[in-house]
Amino acid sequence: MKKQDILILYLSNSSLESNVIGWARHYGDKKKIGMPGDNDSPPYERGIEAIHDGWRLFQSSQLEQHPKGDEYRTGYLKYEFFFEKIK
Amino acid sequence: MKKRKEKNFLLTDNQMAEFVSKGYLIFENIIDNKTNKKFLSEIGHTSTSLNKKNTDQTWLEEHYNEIMKSSKIPLVKAGTPLKKAYKKNSALNDVISNPVLSGAIKSLVGDRPKLDHHFLHITFPSKYYHDANQKISQGNHNDCVIDPREKTFDIQLFYFPTAVEKNMGGTRYIPGSHFRMVNEFAIARYHNIRGQKHVVCPPGTVIIFHHNIWHGAGINNSKKIRYGFKIRIMPTQKQVKLWTNKTYKNNHDEEALYWNRGIEKNSIKEILQKTEPWFEADSGRLDILNRIRLWRHITNDKNFDAAYWLTRIENDYN
Repeated sequence: MKKQDILILYLSNSSLESNVIGWARHYGDKKKIGMPGDNDSPPYERGIEAIHDGWRLFQSSQLEQHPKGDEYRTGYLKYEFFFEKIK
Repeated sequence: MKKRKEKNFLLTDNQMAEFVSKGYLIFENIIDNKTNKKFLSEIGHTSTSLNKKNTDQTWLEEHYNEIMKSSKIPLVKAGTPLKKAYKKNSALNDVISNPVLSGAIKSLVGDRPKLDHHFLHITFPSKYYHDANQKISQGNHNDCVIDPREKTFDIQLFYFPTAVEKNMGGTRYIPGSHFRMVNEFAIARYHNIRGQKHVVCPPGTVIIFHHNIWHGAGINNSKKIRYGFKIRIMPTQKQVKLWTNKTYKNNHDEEALYWNRGIEKNSIKEILQKTEPWFEADSGRLDILNRIRLWRHITNDKNFDAAYWLTRIENDYN
């Protein structure tokens, strides 16, 4: 049975070429666990390196207009990219 | 004389700016060993308690419940003045009365703060857990639902009575995340964030966190129990110039962005403009704006700025 590995990257801007600032790994193989705080170094320096390494991008966050009156409020990480590898 | 001594332990301008910028202050080894031992004794800890027991997971819950019932940590009603929360001669009273810490508390939330709640976190070695999902570290979160306050903030004291070694999974925290308005575990998807830190400290360390800092507990891969006692404290007054009588007046002699002779090292303006490794290119700038806004508030200097971050967008002639 083929299984899906997931890589989530958060980038410093909306371009895939930008730097990785956050990440998470999830594995189809249940013997492997990706967990919070499991690595202080990112798997790639830039988002595009995941593509070069064979990951397939299947979702990225949209650019949204800043609501009036709330332009300076910061919150969730904005530039989220989901990748997969089927093994 | 006593008053003068207490005043000396108020935070410095630079420490206040560090708190505004990073969202925490670390006081390593600030509590003496006698108090640490007293605290451990008051909660019923013995260094051999784990070895003597079996590794049946139900025992862990029993042990926790027993500590909750039998320990000397008092049940304190929410809103109790901090000064009345702990009995004299108790270890926790010694902790909050430590001159450096009480000076820091006063500087951040004033001299009549209230206790919101407190809690003893006990993290057992992971080998005692049988469930796979209990051997996973805690997700990133902040300790609040959506908190709309922009100027008022609570503080959380994290007291570590024993040394926290690297393999004990000390609290992971994200410097500079305290301005990000999120809803608790909604951020658990962010497993790792560049620049994240993990508490590794000597016994008797206290970290004062802004209530909104992103954090999560690590997994304890050692053979020892890890304790962390959290006290959430809220102000009952405006958090303006609580650490100083100085009059702050911005001279508007601003260094321009980028093309300058370098910002003075360790100056307030440098501290407030230091970016975190995880800041996005755009939102990170907003975090700097928000730091400057909070600094304006706590110093009562409405004209304060650094490199024109706010002046630029306030220069509106319409």
